[in-house]
Amino acid sequence: MAPLLSVDNLTMRFGGLKAVDDLSFQAKEGDITAVIGPNGAGKTTVFNCITGFYRPTTGAITLTHTDGKAHALHRLPGHRIASRAKVARTFQNIRLFAGMTALENLLVAQHNTLMAATGFGVLAVLGLGRYRAAEAAGMDKARHWLDATGLIDRADDLAGSLPYGAQRRLEIARAMCIDPVLLCLDEPAAGLNPRESDELNGLLLRIRDGGCSLLLIEHDMGVVMRISDHIVVLDHGKKISDGTPAEVRADPAVIAAYLGEGDEDEVAA
Amino acid sequence: MTALKDAFLSAAVALGLFGPMVGLVTHNAAAGLDLVPNPIAVAVLVGMVFFGRLGMLLWRDRHQGRPQAPNKALAETLTKASRYLTPALLALAIALPFGGSRYYVDLGTLVLTYVMLGWGLNIVVGLAGLLDLGYVAFYAVGAYSYALLAEYFGFGFWICLPLAGILAAFCGILLGFPVLRLRGDYLAIVTLAFGEIIRVILINWVSLTHGPNGISDIPRPTLFGLSFSMDGGEGTFSDFFGIEPETIQRVIFLYYVILALALLTNWATIRLRRMPLGRAWEALREDEVACRSLGIDVTNTKLSAFAIGAMFGGFAGAFFATRQAFISPESFTFIESATVLAIVVLGGLGSQLGVALAALIMVGGLEMLRELLSWLAAQMDSPFFAGIAGELPTYRMLIFGLALVVMMVLRPRGLIAGRDATATLTKQQPVARETG
Repeated sequence: MAPLLSVDNLTMRFGGLKAVDDLSFQAKEGDITAVIGPNGAGKTTVFNCITGFYRPTTGAITLTHTDGKAHALHRLPGHRIASRAKVARTFQNIRLFAGMTALENLLVAQHNTLMAATGFGVLAVLGLGRYRAAEAAGMDKARHWLDATGLIDRADDLAGSLPYGAQRRLEIARAMCIDPVLLCLDEPAAGLNPRESDELNGLLLRIRDGGCSLLLIEHDMGVVMRISDHIVVLDHGKKISDGTPAEVRADPAVIAAYLGEGDEDEVAA
Repeated sequence: MTALKDAFLSAAVALGLFGPMVGLVTHNAAAGLDLVPNPIAVAVLVGMVFFGRLGMLLWRDRHQGRPQAPNKALAETLTKASRYLTPALLALAIALPFGGSRYYVDLGTLVLTYVMLGWGLNIVVGLAGLLDLGYVAFYAVGAYSYALLAEYFGFGFWICLPLAGILAAFCGILLGFPVLRLRGDYLAIVTLAFGEIIRVILINWVSLTHGPNGISDIPRPTLFGLSFSMDGGEGTFSDFFGIEPETIQRVIFLYYVILALALLTNWATIRLRRMPLGRAWEALREDEVACRSLGIDVTNTKLSAFAIGAMFGGFAGAFFATRQAFISPESFTFIESATVLAIVVLGGLGSQLGVALAALIMVGGLEMLRELLSWLAAQMDSPFFAGIAGELPTYRMLIFGLALVVMMVLRPRGLIAGRDATATLTKQQPVARETG
């Protein structure tokens, strides 16, 4: 059976700079796959290619649903990657709808499902059609994810007024509201304290056990080593290691990239 | 002591400004222009600035500890008051024609036209966050659609009203396509240019639009086929009801037409805000990138905001044409766009009640100010005020501008800055947010 996500010979060029150089890796269904690497290794660029924010220079990214339907992510227009291929993402610097409440954030995420029930908007404005039932279902889903992320008491507060850790969780809840098969998290543990980081681990494992695969970029090795099933290590846009956490930890190439060796220039946190 | 120094400085600046602006008045004399000095007016103004500044500084000193408190209290009062204000305003609007004064009904019609334009623009600017400086273009498209359809095909108002809306919405989509990638200042410039393009086309396409001469004799609307003509003949309103034909009947009818149209705009906006489309507009205003990551088609969402906002502008335009019975490109200059945008910003982006209040103040208030100043001038017949009294009504715009500046200093997010959530889990409504 084909892997859930398959990245083949992906290259991304910005002018003269090769941010990602001939990268290939795969992510299996039901796994938490982590992409790690020193600063500037090209992790976020890979993410932006997978989620449609960049169009890769060359290479292919294929997502295969369990029903066997394959989506060529490198060709789909940006918004279709979420609506058709069901790939959700969060951002390194949180991008919530700050002026709207937590609940509204989750309802906006269900836009396509709810919009389909409005009969081109006309019927719903007139109070006809099946919009009322669809909205009730949407509220239930929002309530479920608010509960799962421990935000149910803050549902009617403005997203922008929530504490930092809660905003991180809300962004994950919002991404889950599109019913993704693959959730891409860009540094979800950044800026969290150890306790919040532990809670996040629990949440991510629950999401995985709920049937959604995860792909994450993370600097916090505690998070990565504890919850990942599979790790891909990048350096200067190239894959230098690929395997289980134990294998990657023992790989001399990884140690060299992180701790520096000879003329290496960077020491990552 | 510093307060006194500061007040002197402000007075000096005021003297420098008002000295030439107010102190020197040009008069038409037998041989060209004469310059008449007006020292009393300057003295009064400079004195007002001096004492105003002094008073403000002293007041601020006393309230040093809690600078935010009065603003917050004001916000809560406004939120509470708004619950009663909406039905009160609506009742007032419905009852206005029973006052029987033609002047107030005419003024009410004008105010309601701007309320409707404000509500229409509110969809684009307030909800979707797309700064549109050329809204008057859709107003013009609506007005000319009706005028031309009536002239060339003899269509009546009620057939043309939806057509005008559709044509304006189409223009909205036309404008939307090239500006899809633009935001903020760049979007504002293109929409500004679009407004001018429409006006220039109207001026120069003489064979169709009669150019600067405009279109006259635009037919008036009918009430279920009953016309409001003054001859009182067969099939007119007065004949049907067996009353004397009077102009006021038509004026009142027009007033109720625009009231209904404005309420339709309001109702549609309130409903849409609670729909996925309305939420997507607001989400788009907050963060476009996040919208895309959630699978929202940003292109369609933006175009729908432009189209629906433009449609209501088109309705208002068709009404304007039928009310005036004469339109020319003169009526659709940039100043109209600016006025409507000022109404939306002053009212509070996204707030329906705020926009209505702002239109009332901006359009109705300006008229009231004219009355008030004439009345004041009439009271000041002592020789001491001789220099000012006659000039007072001409200071209308100056006073009005000052009032707007003060308003934006006090309430930078508009009259009603809060936003009601479109859905809640708990029953209680969140109190208006005050981050100004």
